[in-house]
Amino acid sequence: MANDPIHQFQISKIVPIEIGGIDLSFTNASLFMVATVAVATGFLYFASASKSLIPGRAQSVAEMSYEFIANMLREGAGSHGMKFFPLVFSLFMFVLTANLLGLFPYFYTITSQIIVTFALAVLVIGTVVGYGFYKHGFHFLKVFVPSGIPGILLPLVVMIEIISFLSRPISLSVRLFANMLAGHITLKVFAGFIVSLAALGPIGIGGAILPLIMTVAITGLEFLVAFLQAYVFAVLTCMYLNDAVHPGGH
Amino acid sequence: MFVTPAHAQTAPEATQTPAAPGAAPAGEVHTETGVAHDAAHGGGVFPPFDSAHFASQLLWLVITFGVFFLLIQKVIGPRLAAILGDRHDRIAADLNEAGRMQAEADAAVETYEKELAAARAKGAGIADAAREAAKTKAAADRAAIEAELAEKLAAAEASIADIKAKAFANVGDIASETAAVIVDQLIGGTATDAEIKTAVAAAKQGA
Repeated sequence: MANDPIHQFQISKIVPIEIGGIDLSFTNASLFMVATVAVATGFLYFASASKSLIPGRAQSVAEMSYEFIANMLREGAGSHGMKFFPLVFSLFMFVLTANLLGLFPYFYTITSQIIVTFALAVLVIGTVVGYGFYKHGFHFLKVFVPSGIPGILLPLVVMIEIISFLSRPISLSVRLFANMLAGHITLKVFAGFIVSLAALGPIGIGGAILPLIMTVAITGLEFLVAFLQAYVFAVLTCMYLNDAVHPGGH
Repeated sequence: MFVTPAHAQTAPEATQTPAAPGAAPAGEVHTETGVAHDAAHGGGVFPPFDSAHFASQLLWLVITFGVFFLLIQKVIGPRLAAILGDRHDRIAADLNEAGRMQAEADAAVETYEKELAAARAKGAGIADAAREAAKTKAAADRAAIEAELAEKLAAAEASIADIKAKAFANVGDIASETAAVIVDQLIGGTATDAEIKTAVAAAKQGA
């Protein structure tokens, strides 16, 4: 049981709630959603509390993350895209904090739940579609018709564009989910090796050094992946939002 | 890329688990799901795909992310934007102020140089005027002195001529007297004054 690499994704109810036959319990995953929001909000709130002209360390980090996303959004979706800044910034901070919190032993990784990442991806695509139609009406459909395509190829290209658009929420959510899930399973498996080998006696303890090195190395890699996936999620969000702001403006 | 080794590993993990001392049948069922999570066992679905929890996951995600989004939008975003904006404004204002001071300094230098040039020109003018005045005065003085000297010279020359004329006039008398004495001494006769005077005049004429 302790060596089971899947066990870490098990959801357990903390406060069972059931409304109309639907299970809405407050689970360990819910707890870490709350923790993620608390940590991210707490950090950003207290880091920016002094509002100093010359920033301290924490304020520098908060400002850097703000400008990081602001520049990303401005480059990705232009200055008109800046109205989506709160969305992209909260998505980035939420995913990043959730990923990093998940790296603590015994902590639950909420981004390893496909439903969570899928919900976030649907939020992004929903915003793109909603804003696109609200702002441009049927002109938003130009997003499926790239300009400068010969007429005979047009149906094919439009088909491809529609399929690629529909696969966006899936690729966006599966990318984050699969990276976090696989990373944590790998970590657990190598860590499990250490224990299994060490139980075999003196030779096993010597052999356990190899998976130990691997575990340390993969932990480092996982920190990189945690940041990288949050970054990729934010960048892709900016690119998709660009379609909503400038449909057909490839 | 990590899924493959992970999947490969689940099998030995699972075979070890039943050997653990406290492995209850429930645990066995659970570890089996780790191996064959694709197979739809009764209560043992691969946890991330367990749709039984989807509703609760979604609800709590909406609540937590909604709160987070509102906090970012209402509190943290504006606050960070204000901090960065203030700094931006402050830097711009400082740069403006520096530019203004630079312009002022440039203007001051220009004024200073203008005034310096004016003062220099004025100084040169004063020096020229003084030199001119001194020259005129010196020329006038010299002219006056020269005139005075010329006057004195003329007077002196007139006086010399006068004295000379007087002296020449006396020469005839002295000569007449001397001639009378000489005649008296030499020839013992007397010569009349008229004869002597004529002789003297003739001698003077001849000389």
